[in-house]
Amino acid sequence: MLKYTIKRVLLAIVTVFIISAVTFFAMNAIPGGPFSKEKAPDPAVQAALEARFNLDKPVGQQYLIYLKNLAHGDFGISLKTGRDISQIIREKFSVSAKLGGMAAACAIVLGLVLGSTAALCRNRWPDRLIIFLTTLFVSVPSFILATILLLVFALQLKWVGVFSTENPNYVLPVISLMLYPMSYITRLTKSSMLDVLGQDYIRTARAKGVREGFVIFKHALRNALIPVVTYVGPMIAGILTGSMVIETVFTIGGLGTEFVRSINNQDYPMIMATTIFLAVLMVIATLISDLVYKLIDPKITFD
Amino acid sequence: MNEPLLQVKNLCTSFKVDSGEVRAVNGISFNLDKGRVLGIVGESGSGKSVTAYSIMRILVEPGRITGGQILFNGEDIVQYSKKQMREFRGKRVSIIFQDPMTSLNPVYTIGNQLREAIMLHTDRNRAQADERALEMLKLVGVNSPEQRLKQYPFELSGGMRQRIMIAMALCCEPDILIADEPTTALDVTIQAQILELMQELQKKLGMAIIMITHDLGVIADMCDEIIVMYAGRICERGTADEIFYNPRHEYTKGLLRSIPRLDTNHARLIPISGSPVDLTNMPKGCAFASRCDNCMKICLSELPEELDINDCHKASCWMNVKQVYEEAKGGIAK
Repeated sequence: MLKYTIKRVLLAIVTVFIISAVTFFAMNAIPGGPFSKEKAPDPAVQAALEARFNLDKPVGQQYLIYLKNLAHGDFGISLKTGRDISQIIREKFSVSAKLGGMAAACAIVLGLVLGSTAALCRNRWPDRLIIFLTTLFVSVPSFILATILLLVFALQLKWVGVFSTENPNYVLPVISLMLYPMSYITRLTKSSMLDVLGQDYIRTARAKGVREGFVIFKHALRNALIPVVTYVGPMIAGILTGSMVIETVFTIGGLGTEFVRSINNQDYPMIMATTIFLAVLMVIATLISDLVYKLIDPKITFD
Repeated sequence: MNEPLLQVKNLCTSFKVDSGEVRAVNGISFNLDKGRVLGIVGESGSGKSVTAYSIMRILVEPGRITGGQILFNGEDIVQYSKKQMREFRGKRVSIIFQDPMTSLNPVYTIGNQLREAIMLHTDRNRAQADERALEMLKLVGVNSPEQRLKQYPFELSGGMRQRIMIAMALCCEPDILIADEPTTALDVTIQAQILELMQELQKKLGMAIIMITHDLGVIADMCDEIIVMYAGRICERGTADEIFYNPRHEYTKGLLRSIPRLDTNHARLIPISGSPVDLTNMPKGCAFASRCDNCMKICLSELPEELDINDCHKASCWMNVKQVYEEAKGGIAK
């Protein structure tokens, strides 16, 4: 297990390195640069700026300089705002992670409960209702759902306040962010639960005289979780790093918004930092979900 | 006072499907006495397994018992509540299934699954349950039992898993063990070992066994009585000797003809032609009529009554009635 984890971490470093290289060269291949937009500054000023941030050097050399700084834990400063990037990320991620963490937790819990319910009430009204709603939530884009939620619950019914920095009410953003993964988990859980409930060992458990609740939660759920874990790992990473759409609709300044803005501004160090941060998070989440597999399914061996 | 341990009376079990009602078990009755071994044979779809699941009441939707009684020590378990049923399963009657590869939960250790069965029905604590589990594994002839308790099902062979299923079924000393094709999924040498083990355990523990199989050879020297089922009904019943040497139903005769034999030099086996009846649309007469070589007019229109061939043999076939009639006529002519 330890050997496997170490191997995976080493591989992860390689993965992140490749992602950083591809991103670095791809973003430099895009015409223009951080200082060549809007009203063009004086050519002399632009040259000075570029020299200061090493933008006048060949791309390969720029990359090496970047890696060297990165190795010292230095993400650089934002070329747009001049602020320290580590600080920006820390700040924005705390917002995104709070929102995403709540959304991910709700999505997993509700998804498992609804999915199991649907499987157990197969073809009766709870199942039909759950499947209708989850299909709706999976197919309608989140910005439409978020807007409708905002219109109905914040503006018409006035049940919850609109999110603002003075009054950070996370209810609607969490719901909007949660609906898609929750629906997806529900559908995954339902189909895998149905599959498991038809297995011979479930019949064995019933024949032993195990009570129905234990049949479901001890014998069936653990087996049914295996495919769900595959989805949940990367889902958590994705949701934690923020959704640009949801953050925009609710005007929450999170990492998702920052990521998109950095690309629009061609803010090179910011693009690199957010990309690497996202990649690391994703790699960690996949590693954890692989390790969780082992806990759930003893058949999986790492050697 | 000599009440049978288990009395099945006119049991009907059906499955409601879109195209109608599948009458998987259609009014069967039989008794099982303490410590006896009853064999149920028949081809796929004849209702053997459904009979077993009905006795355990582990039918899955949309299957349900639609009529009849299942009396265990005189109590009708069809009327049992869910809770009573839970206490009944595994404690009074246990079952082992066809495929040991899939009948054990893959994510729990053997020890865990055995312990669960033991702790459900006895008031042993964890340590005592583990002790009992170990004892059971030794009883069913599993080698290095201590180690097995810690293993997962996927780490064991099919024969080993079936032994563990047997241990699990017998750990609470049930009065009846139902074996639903326990050897079908195993290879031949292992089959023999498992059957031998079951016979040995039956002698040692004295439980009654209902042995379900489609393989007449399997039950030949194990069963006190054999029931032959076809299309959800019992077509013939009797002692093993009667069934094997004096079959009186055309279907049983067909089954016996289709067993490979070493003592005769038949070049080819004789299969039963045709295919099983459509259970949603049962014929009015004998269900086997359409496949029977000796089908008569009456077979198509009327259901044959069960007729006593002798004290320990009954069959439901119009051929027997015809024979009785002809013998009587011959007697008069003489």
